[in-house]
Amino acid sequence: MSTNAMATTTSQPLDLLKRYGIWIAAAVLIVVLPKIFTSGAALTTMSLMGIMIVFSLSYNMLLGQTGMLSFGHAVYYGLGGFLAVHAMNMIAADKLPIPLPVIPLAGGFMGLLFGIIFGAVSTRRAGTAFAMISLGLGELIASLSLILRGFFGGEEGITANRTKMLTLFGVRFGPQIEVYYLIGAWCLVCVALMYAFTRTPLGRMCNAVRDNPERAEFIGYSTQMVRFITFSLAGFFAGIAGGLAAINFELMNAVNVSGAQSGVVLLMAYIGGVGHFFGPILGAILVVLLQVMLSDVTGAWMLYFGLIFILMVMYAPGGLAGLVMLHAPLWRNNTLHHVLPAYALMAGPAFLLLGGTVLLIETAHHQLVRAATEGPAMHFFGLTLQSNSVIPWATALIAIAVGLLLGRRFAPRLVEAFHEASSPAAQLGRIGGA
Amino acid sequence: MVIFSTLNGVLYGMLLFLLASGLTLIFSMMGVLNFAHASFYMLGAYFGFQISQWLDFWLALIVAPVLVGLIGAGVERWGLRTVHRWGHVAELLFTFGLAFVIEELVQMIWGKLPVDYRVPPALDFPAFTLFETTYPAFRMFMLLISVAIFLVLLLILTRSRVGLIIQASLSHPHMVAALGHDVPKVFMAVFGVGSALAGIAGVIAGPALVTQPSMAHVLGPILFVVVVFGGLGSLSGAFIASLLIGLIQTFAIAINYSLGDVLMALGVTRPIQGLLNDLWQVTVAQVGPVIPYLMLVLILIFRPTGLMGTRET
Repeated sequence: MSTNAMATTTSQPLDLLKRYGIWIAAAVLIVVLPKIFTSGAALTTMSLMGIMIVFSLSYNMLLGQTGMLSFGHAVYYGLGGFLAVHAMNMIAADKLPIPLPVIPLAGGFMGLLFGIIFGAVSTRRAGTAFAMISLGLGELIASLSLILRGFFGGEEGITANRTKMLTLFGVRFGPQIEVYYLIGAWCLVCVALMYAFTRTPLGRMCNAVRDNPERAEFIGYSTQMVRFITFSLAGFFAGIAGGLAAINFELMNAVNVSGAQSGVVLLMAYIGGVGHFFGPILGAILVVLLQVMLSDVTGAWMLYFGLIFILMVMYAPGGLAGLVMLHAPLWRNNTLHHVLPAYALMAGPAFLLLGGTVLLIETAHHQLVRAATEGPAMHFFGLTLQSNSVIPWATALIAIAVGLLLGRRFAPRLVEAFHEASSPAAQLGRIGGA
Repeated sequence: MVIFSTLNGVLYGMLLFLLASGLTLIFSMMGVLNFAHASFYMLGAYFGFQISQWLDFWLALIVAPVLVGLIGAGVERWGLRTVHRWGHVAELLFTFGLAFVIEELVQMIWGKLPVDYRVPPALDFPAFTLFETTYPAFRMFMLLISVAIFLVLLLILTRSRVGLIIQASLSHPHMVAALGHDVPKVFMAVFGVGSALAGIAGVIAGPALVTQPSMAHVLGPILFVVVVFGGLGSLSGAFIASLLIGLIQTFAIAINYSLGDVLMALGVTRPIQGLLNDLWQVTVAQVGPVIPYLMLVLILIFRPTGLMGTRET
C-alpha cells in the first residue's frame, strides 16, 4: 500500500526512472565494463558471461518458473549454435546480404523449432517423467551428434568466420570488443524479454502450474499447453545463446549439445537461485568466474564446483539469490546492522573451515596428481609446503575440526540475532522511532 | 556368432540388472532417482582394482562391495536425509552433484587414464571353444555371479521376513512405521544394499570392461533407460528391460546395414543430399548407442508406467 501511495505522489519522470532505472543501469554497466576491465582475458570472460546469462535464464524459464526439471537443455543451445555456424558459412559462401548481428536469430529459430518438436512430446508429462524424457532426448541428440558428421562435424566440430559477412557501418566484428558489444546488446534484449515474459498472464500461469497443477487445471487452463509454450520459448532463448556462442567462438562441436553442457546450465541456474529472476544471472556470472579463475589457480576446480553445488542443495536451496533475499526484510526494517556482530563472530569459524578444506583438497590433489612429476613441494597462498609431510594434513584437519566446533558453538547466537532482527518487535521499534 | 552375441547380450543384461535392481528398489522406496548409482558401480570397480592389487581378487569381491555399501548408507544418512525436506527435485540434484564429485575424486586418486585391472589368473583361461572362437572363463564367472545374486535377491524379497518389510515399506510406509519398524533405517539399509549391489557389479565388470573415470556417466543414462523402461519400482520389469537392452545393444553392433541400403533394396533412390546426407549412410551398428534413448522416449510417451510398472513415473 505504502509503495502505491508513494508512486502516485512522485512526479512522472521519477516514476519512469524507478521503473526502467535498473535496465538503464544494466545498459550503462555493459557499455562501461570493458573500459574498466580492458585486458583481453577479461573481455573474453565477459562475453562468455553474457552468453551464459541468456542460457541460464532460458533454463530458469523451465525449472524456476514452471517447475520443469530438464536434463537436456543443451540440445537447444547446441542445435541453435550449429545452425548459426552453418548459416554463417552459407551466407559467406553465397555472399548473401545478411549482416552478422541477426545470426543469433537463426539460432533462436532453430531452438524454437526443436523446442516445439521435442516440447510436443515431452511436456505431455510433468515431474520425474518430464525429467527422464528430457534426459533421454538429450542423450539421443548427444549420441546423434557423433554419428551425423555432416551436420555436427564429428569430434572436431564445425568452424565459421564471422568477419566474412555483410558489413554495416564499417563494423566487421573482427576484434573481440565488437563481439562483446554485440553479445551485450543481445543479452540485454533477451533478459528484458524474458523478464517481460514473467509479467505476462502466461508467465503467471507458469507459476501456478509449478505450484499447483491440479488447481490450475480446475480453473480451466491446460497445464500441458502452458508447459509446451514455455518450453518452446525457453528453447528459443537457449538457441539465441547458442547462436551468440557460435559467433563468439566461431566453432561448434559435440560438447555443446552434450549432457555435460546440460549439467553446467543446471548448476548455474541452481547455484544462482531458481526462485528469483536475477538468480540465474548471478549464477552464470559466478560460475563463469569460477571456471576462468579457479582453473588457473588449481587443478581440482571441478571438485570445488561440485562441492559448492552439493552444499547449496543441502543448506541453501534458494541459491545465492535466496540468501540475498533472506536479508530483504531486515533491510526494509532497517535492522540489518543487528545481525552484523553475529556474522562477524561466525567469520572466524567459517574462515577456518574454508581454509582447512581448501588446504586439505589442495594437499591431496598435489600429493596424488602432481607429486609424482613435480616433487612434494607445493605452493599454497604464497607458502611452500611439503605435500608428503604431516604438517599440511594435520593443519588442515585441525582447522576443520576447530572451525566445526566453534561454528556449532556460535550458530545459535547467529540464529537468535537473526530472529530478533526480523521479529515484529524490531519492526515495532522502527515504527515507534519513525 | 549368434550364440556368442546372445551370451554377451545376456551377460551385459545381467550386469545391467545388478545395477538396475538396486536403483529401482531405491526409487520405489524413497522416490529418488539416484544419479550417483552408476558412480557406486565405478567405485566398486576401483576398490576392486585397488584391493586386488594389494591383496587379491577374491577378497576384493567381498570387501569392495561392503565398502561401497557403507559409503552408500552414509550418503543416505548424512546427505539425502538432510536434503529430503526440500523435496524430490533437491534430492535428485543432490545425487547429481554427488555423481559429479565422485567422478572428480576418482580422477584425482586414480588418474584420468584407465587403470590396469586384470582378470585374476585363476580365471584367465578359455571356457570353451565353438567354431574356432574361444569364450573367456571370466565371462562365464560374471554370468554365474550375477545369476546367483539375482536368485538370492528374488528369494529374499519374496520369501523372507526382511523382504516382507521392504515390500510393505514400498507401498505403505506409514503403516509399517506404525507397526514399530524403523522406516528410516529400512531406507538406509536398502540404499546401502543397493549401492553394494552396484559395487559387486563394478568389481566383476571392471576387468572385463575398462575401468576408467568415465565409466559411470557412460552407464548412468542407460541404467535410467532400463529402470524407466521396465517400469519404476518393478524388479521383474527391470529384469526384462535389462536383458532386452543388453541383447539389443550387443546385436546392433553386428548389423551393418544402413537406412539407405534398405530403401535402395526397396527401389527408393536417395531423396536428400547435403548436410543430412549422413542420415542415409549410418549403419545400424553406428546407431546402436542411440536405440536405448529412443526406447526411453517412446515408452514414456506411449506407456508411461513402463513395461511392468503399476504406477506412473
